[in-house]
Amino acid sequence: MDLKDWFDKRKKRRDDEKGKAPQPIEPSDDICALWTNCFQCRELLYTRDLRVNLHVCPKCQYHFRIGAIERIDQLADEDTFEESDANLTSSDPLKFSDTDNYPNRQREASRKSGLTEAIVTGTCKIKTYDAALGIMDFGHFGGSMGSVVGEKVTRITERAQRDKLPLIIVSSSGGARMQEGIFSLMQLAKTSSALKSFQDAGGLYISILAEPTFGGVTASFAMLGDIIIAEPGARIGFAGRRVIEQTIRQKLPADFQTAEYLLKHGQVDMVVERAKLADQLAKLIAFHKLPEKKTAVTTPDAVPARPKQPTKVS
Amino acid sequence: MKQVPLEFEQPLAVLAQQIEAIKKQLASNPELDKDVQRLQEQYNNLEKSLYANLRPIDHREIARHQQRPYARDYFERWDSEWIEMHGDRKGADDPAMVCGMVNLGDYHVLGIGTQKGRSLREKQQCNFGMPQPEGYRKALRLFHHAEKFNMPVVTLIDTPGAYPGMHAEEHNQAEAIAVNLFELSGLTVPVVAVVTGEGGSGGALAIGLANRILMLEHSVYSVISPEGCASILWRSADKVSEACEAMKMTAREILELGVVDDVIEEPLGGAHHDFDLVAKKAKETICKHLDQLTKLSREEIRRDRQQKFRNIGAFVEA
Ligand SMILES: [Zn+2]
Repeated sequence: MDLKDWFDKRKKRRDDEKGKAPQPIEPSDDICALWTNCFQCRELLYTRDLRVNLHVCPKCQYHFRIGAIERIDQLADEDTFEESDANLTSSDPLKFSDTDNYPNRQREASRKSGLTEAIVTGTCKIKTYDAALGIMDFGHFGGSMGSVVGEKVTRITERAQRDKLPLIIVSSSGGARMQEGIFSLMQLAKTSSALKSFQDAGGLYISILAEPTFGGVTASFAMLGDIIIAEPGARIGFAGRRVIEQTIRQKLPADFQTAEYLLKHGQVDMVVERAKLADQLAKLIAFHKLPEKKTAVTTPDAVPARPKQPTKVS
Repeated sequence: MKQVPLEFEQPLAVLAQQIEAIKKQLASNPELDKDVQRLQEQYNNLEKSLYANLRPIDHREIARHQQRPYARDYFERWDSEWIEMHGDRKGADDPAMVCGMVNLGDYHVLGIGTQKGRSLREKQQCNFGMPQPEGYRKALRLFHHAEKFNMPVVTLIDTPGAYPGMHAEEHNQAEAIAVNLFELSGLTVPVVAVVTGEGGSGGALAIGLANRILMLEHSVYSVISPEGCASILWRSADKVSEACEAMKMTAREILELGVVDDVIEEPLGGAHHDFDLVAKKAKETICKHLDQLTKLSREEIRRDRQQKFRNIGAFVEA
């Protein structure tokens, strides 16, 4: 299903539901199971409730991994998201084959995720603020970065620079895509280089790290935000926990590489729960608006104007 | 220096031993001369065919040879009075990242290279060529030094990769690598990177975002170690050779893919057979590229580098 269809269908469903009494829920194609076990507290949760709660466990606040489409739905104002570069797909430059060949693995990944690649990019409004958006989806090929992810991140960065938009990227990735070999590795350089131009031009880049963010994505655009936000409980790092444990032959602390651990070690600016993320982004964007623009933009209700700093008297 | 043969070189080593043994008997038995000649011919043929038909994993073995020249060996040969610089100014000096001021032909360059260490003690100090975040930040300090004084940066890459350790994660090695990429892309001085041995993933790229990327003939460059690739994709440690092949990690293959700009020839059998020759060839090739790059304005140098990476990628646009 293409992204536009999905949004159309959702809108239709919403419109249909408006005039009706609540219907008993029936498993549909986008609700795979009626009940979901919380990974953390093991509570049995009604999947629909979980979805309404942004896929955060109401009991223990565990933040479930969510796909790109659901994330866009949560962050972007209704019907404002316009996808860009949806027509880019991976080629197979190395003619890579392990136990199966790369084109087959790509087809399988798309079948599972419903996406063409591990990132969806575009523009939208967030609480009325215009923004350029990139959302990675771990459900597609482990969120791995190959040439297409690198190119889409680069293009959305260039777009943000051209149109003077704040850039927001939500990362969720296992790292670089091995099947594209050296090309994957070079995407770290390509995306970082694009961000350098963007940030030199004064662009605001907010990087959001979601469960899980590792490897080449962490070692490039994910760690280059002017502001870095992590989702509660998200595991974030360069090397994987298991590899480290095997290398140093010792057990790592339970909270190692979690968002909270990173906050404690000075690696992220803040940990923001999902329900507050869109508002927080709007606040951050508003704060970075130039003063003359600030007066021209009417502050939306959801975003209270920041009180003036008291003048410091020494 | 006595050469240590690699596993795939064993047949050669056996022949060489036989030749040596017969030669010892030559004095008492001159008729053996014919045998020596015959064996020597066999040796030469075998040597030729062996090195003409190296598998990717053989290249990698040569690239990782314990006698392979390392960064210090190059710096010393280029400039016997090169001046080493130490430390990230923030609390550590990583011996796995060697930095200094080097006279390279007509150029004053900032030399930056990963260092594996030769003796066991050195190896441990250098963490087998795997820098800590402090090492990448030491390199970053030199990038800025080069920018300030308008000097080219020459990096030598030979590392299995970044170190999967607790300290490295706590000190944010991902950020250290990312920031190096970010800052390298903005330099207005020429940057030439040479993969001299192993180019291991992000840890290699951290000093590899260059105007020109060169590779020694037997060096390798890959997104993940072949061991890692084999264990993830094949779920088997025995498939390292297959992983080496599938990833297209040899210098010639990567040249063909258009990612590196030049391949520097090595003596027959690998760089460890003649340090001086390899250092000389590397110097000539680096200087050739510096000659081209220094013709550009500083802004053009930066754009040249950004454009190079902007264009790397293989995809279909429907
Ligand atoms: Zn729970």
